[in-house]
Amino acid sequence: MVTMSDTGSARAVGAGRLLIAVYAVLALAATARSLFQIATKFDQAPVAYLLSALAGVVYVLATIALVRRGAFWYRVALVTIVFELVGVLVIGTLSLVDPILFPADTVWSYFGRGYLFIPLVIPVLGLIWLHRTRPAGSEG
Amino acid sequence: MIEWFTTAQVIVAVVAGALCLVLGLAGKTPNDLTLGVTAFVELLLIAQVVVSIVAPFTGNTASGSVLEFWVYLVSAVLIPPAAVLWALVDRGKWSTAILGVACLAVAVMVYRMGQIWFVQVA
Repeated sequence: MVTMSDTGSARAVGAGRLLIAVYAVLALAATARSLFQIATKFDQAPVAYLLSALAGVVYVLATIALVRRGAFWYRVALVTIVFELVGVLVIGTLSLVDPILFPADTVWSYFGRGYLFIPLVIPVLGLIWLHRTRPAGSEG
Repeated sequence: MIEWFTTAQVIVAVVAGALCLVLGLAGKTPNDLTLGVTAFVELLLIAQVVVSIVAPFTGNTASGSVLEFWVYLVSAVLIPPAAVLWALVDRGKWSTAILGVACLAVAVMVYRMGQIWFVQVA
């Protein structure tokens, strides 16, 4: 299904384009929503909303890193996507333990339930994609 | 917001999204059908903008945050043109799938707008 030959280090090809589009939408959703939350109800859950904003910025960074070529952006993509995976797992778990500190309306709460679990699935797909498009000589 | 129109809009966006996603994964490059349904989704969004501007003057006001509602609506309006632009620049099968993702994202956002307007959860 995925055409993988001769892609080199370029990640914005084939299925990677779909991945980038989903990341772009997620980046927009998480950033815009957390900015709104910080502007209007910051004191209700400051930790969660700040983390949500951070998540949004990291999604933006991951989107850019996936589009750009080269080993440096490959590393940026790897770090940001791992960060998201860890984030959704840790915050997802914490939101089950402490719903007051982490209310349901942030991007990582309940493993991204409010976002159709896309935040949980997309970093895994992202890592698989990075692994398949890793630069020659690099251990992705 | 008008409830039946909003419901219809979500259904159209879901159907359009599923159609583009399936055709994209089946290997179809962007064509009149997939670009057309995405354009239709955009047309309904513009109609929703008009409805949402007029509705408060007829006593049909949002139960939730008007600011959040408009953040969603303005963002949603920008998504289909971006996907169509992508499809015109890059005429591969993944561009068709991206049209699908764009329509599905619009569906989720319109659904959320409906919640903000009618149910007040935000």
